[in-house]
Amino acid sequence: MKKSLKYLLLVPGIVMLVVFLVMPLLSTIMPTVFDQGFSLKAYIDFFKDPYYVQIFMRTLRVSLIAAIVCIILGVPTSYFISRCHPKWRGLLMAISIFPMLTNSVIRAFAWINILGKNGVINTILMNLHIIDEPITMLYTEFSVLIGTIYLFLPLMIITLVGVMENIDNDMMEAAESLGANRLTAFFKVVLPLSLPGIIVGSVLVFTGALSAYTTPSLLGGTKNMVMATLINQKSTVLGDWTGASVIALIMIITTIVVMKVLNYIAAKLDKRGESNA
Amino acid sequence: MRKNKALLIFSIFVFAFLFVPLLIIVVTAFGEAPTITFPIKGFTFKWFANVFKSKAFVDSLILSGKLALYATLVALLVGIPAAYAISRFSMKGKGLLKSFFLSPTIVPGVVVGYSIFQFAILKLHMPVFQGLLLGHFLVVLPYIIRVVGSSLEQFDFSIEEAAWSLGCNKVQAFFKVVLPNITSGISAAFMLAFINSFNNIPVSMFLKGPGISTLPTTLMNYIEYNYDPTVSAVSVLLMLATIVIMFIVEKTLGIAAFTK
Repeated sequence: MKKSLKYLLLVPGIVMLVVFLVMPLLSTIMPTVFDQGFSLKAYIDFFKDPYYVQIFMRTLRVSLIAAIVCIILGVPTSYFISRCHPKWRGLLMAISIFPMLTNSVIRAFAWINILGKNGVINTILMNLHIIDEPITMLYTEFSVLIGTIYLFLPLMIITLVGVMENIDNDMMEAAESLGANRLTAFFKVVLPLSLPGIIVGSVLVFTGALSAYTTPSLLGGTKNMVMATLINQKSTVLGDWTGASVIALIMIITTIVVMKVLNYIAAKLDKRGESNA
Repeated sequence: MRKNKALLIFSIFVFAFLFVPLLIIVVTAFGEAPTITFPIKGFTFKWFANVFKSKAFVDSLILSGKLALYATLVALLVGIPAAYAISRFSMKGKGLLKSFFLSPTIVPGVVVGYSIFQFAILKLHMPVFQGLLLGHFLVVLPYIIRVVGSSLEQFDFSIEEAAWSLGCNKVQAFFKVVLPNITSGISAAFMLAFINSFNNIPVSMFLKGPGISTLPTTLMNYIEYNYDPTVSAVSVLLMLATIVIMFIVEKTLGIAAFTK
């Protein structure tokens, strides 16, 4: 009875996932590797074409830089939030969470207003007579990068605050009383202890940025495509369904590889921490 | 603790980076000029009126609300029993099973939308709305499994066993003892799932048809061809709704519910 019950509870979910996730994925991906027998030709062709390689590399580059910048901006800010008086901490967390709950179209739109030809930055610079004609900032890789950082920084901050809140203040004081200055204490005590959070945050930012669609689509235009916008162009604009499916599998595999690599690094660093202790 | 000025200034800079872009949108929503300018000239509410006059925005708002609600409810119906079974029973491959239920997260949203479009709509001739519902179901299911799962992990199952020994059958015990104890987890999961479905673009991108377009998709198409403050007005309305939701959540579940 008990045994049948537990499977009964799991069956609806498993069936839904198999029928509506696994089967659709297989049915789109199978034709890309089976063309009169097993063949990876479609994938080899993809990586032989400089145009696609450039898009693939741009996707990786933007995701990597975004993750690094999110760490650089996120670590001190999260540390600040976690050391705040609880009364302020709630408010600062709310300020960090708010952009995350705001639609990504709106968040990309915000940067169209700022970086556009008649946008805020150009208007200010022209009024101050620093420049004579607008600088092109929108529809560049730079704008995609800014938009991506803007999109994922809150996620990094929230993940890090969760870890840093658990670091005991006494640890810092101990380090300082033993002669470390604040900065040294931060790098020797807080940073190593926040490493798991930094890794989790990086996985979230990197994989999120890899598959982000809205931001590159609105801020990058057609000249700065990434994998997610390429899949859309291939299928709905060009009607090349096999080509789109090839990109789909490359995206899934890249996501999994990135997760595995970062988790591997995390495990390595963890061990090193233990042997040092 | 001594004040650290450098850290304070750095943090203010980061918070400004997070907030100023959104504030600029709010300001531009009230400008009179037919294209977005900053700083604004004049002051008007006409763009807000414009939003409600537009059939496309109103219809897609209703569609998005319905879609998020249905997708979340289906995911709860499927997800709560699964999360219960995973945390309650010992079985082989428990970890694997859990990762299977969380697997939609490793598939990029664009790919989910694309493969459902190909498989369910083109091959099985499923109506677009059902396809959309399925896509959103897949997006929100992991939230349910994760949040309800973690609240079940904190539940002391000996209470359920006590209910059994006092004469409740399994179904009664679940509804009378387990469910009331995980309501805050379920509410948090509901809210996260609803918001994420409501805001989703990548999955919805492929799944649109005549008269079927979600609010974010409509907004995105609008931005591609127009640059007037109507978009700012829609954004302000959505941000107000977000503030209301955050306020309610803070008063009931606590702000930490968003970080689950």
